[in-house]
Amino acid sequence: MRRKITMALLILLFILLQSTVCQMIAVASIKPNLLIILTVSFGLMRGKKDGMLTGFFCGLLTDLFFESIIGFNAILYLWVGYFSGYFYRIFYDDDIKTPIFLISVTDLVYGILQYGFMFLLRGRIDFFYYLGRIILPEVLYTLLITIFCYRILYYINQKLSLSDKGSADHFV
Amino acid sequence: MKKKTNENLRNKYLLIALSVLCAILIAVSFFEGSLVSPVKQISGFFITPVQRGISGFGSWLSGLTDNFQDAVSLREENTSLQERVDTLTEENSRLIQDREELDRLRELYDLDQQYDEYEKVGARIIAKESGNWFNLFTIDKGSADGIEVDMNVISGGGLVGIVTEVGSSWSTVRSIIDDNSNVSAMVSTTSDQCIVGGDLRLMDEGSLNLLSLTDSENNVHVGDSVVTSYISEKFLPGILIGYIDELNNDANNLTKSGYITPVVDFRHLQEVLVILETKEYVAPSEDGGIVQTGTVSQSEVSQSEPLTETESETQAQ
Repeated sequence: MRRKITMALLILLFILLQSTVCQMIAVASIKPNLLIILTVSFGLMRGKKDGMLTGFFCGLLTDLFFESIIGFNAILYLWVGYFSGYFYRIFYDDDIKTPIFLISVTDLVYGILQYGFMFLLRGRIDFFYYLGRIILPEVLYTLLITIFCYRILYYINQKLSLSDKGSADHFV
Repeated sequence: MKKKTNENLRNKYLLIALSVLCAILIAVSFFEGSLVSPVKQISGFFITPVQRGISGFGSWLSGLTDNFQDAVSLREENTSLQERVDTLTEENSRLIQDREELDRLRELYDLDQQYDEYEKVGARIIAKESGNWFNLFTIDKGSADGIEVDMNVISGGGLVGIVTEVGSSWSTVRSIIDDNSNVSAMVSTTSDQCIVGGDLRLMDEGSLNLLSLTDSENNVHVGDSVVTSYISEKFLPGILIGYIDELNNDANNLTKSGYITPVVDFRHLQEVLVILETKEYVAPSEDGGIVQTGTVSQSEVSQSEPLTETESETQAQ
């Protein structure tokens, strides 16, 4: 129960940061993608189910605020969470290299899919411009933030796992 | 081992179930956008106060750093500003005279001044769209302050965008530099019609696309101002958008296209003004003098809509 409440608060916090604070730290009007950090981190540290649910709620809430089409971001983040769950228990989650690799791959794919559905379908065919100006800078910036952010998320997860131990709620 | 496979299976089912749910949501919001707006209302009700707090804290912080500015530079700025105040006062008094003359002439010509002064409300931007792809933002005023969907948003004398969604104390604005935005506009000197469209590729230059300008007599020049058009469905006429930056002939040799530099500085936008009037309010409908007040759905003023509702509303005024 405590884990669920913490997760809900974390998701809310990250969405709020994404829409307000990220605006202030944007470089060349490119913002880092905090939600993908959260989703991939929890997929990697907790497995497919938690990754999926984190991603789903992150995406759904962003959709509710700004997108006119609800469910698009939800389904993208859902698959991101599921995919990163594959790496659960294959790699040590206290090593920063795996999350960095995973986050860059998923953010790249996320950007390409965003472009494909939201821009290419409207006839904006200049893919390499968008790749170089938006998708890749976003990946780089997100990586930079990951280095700080992942440690904090890892610490939170460790704390929660300790308090979870022995309870029937424990999922693994 | 058995437990593990069970778990994998359960995860797959969950994935499929949630994916199907998302697909349904996408389909519903794509075809029946009005169904999802109550959900948005509820979530906005809880989140916007917090966003307001965070962005308020941010501006408080930046105000704090401003306090440490050098006093010398402030003094210099003060003297130069004083000079400017003097010149502006002089200019202003001259303009007031002109204005009075204009009013007199208007009365003479019996022109109505309905486009002259709109009622406005000021609002602060409290959040922006989370990704890097679109240019939408949330402001801290909503239906409680009289804001409705399709109201125009301006700042610093220029058009910023249009309200796309309204909650009780917040609303979402799509700015005109958004990739999805298209504004029906005209060149103010010649009244030639054109379309002003946003384009993400132009975000570094901070300019806008100017499309399908009909200018058969070559009277439009670089530097001319572009304002919202009289034939626009959602934008009030005569709001300044920007100045023509570049102009080229299209391949069909009938229309022209180019770029516009907007008057609004979209990168440093913090406060905006919302005009508390929608286009339908201003434009008289076809059957003589009746003013429609009903809010209109996305694309067009539907003519088929029964007039009884709107008529009774107008008579009540």
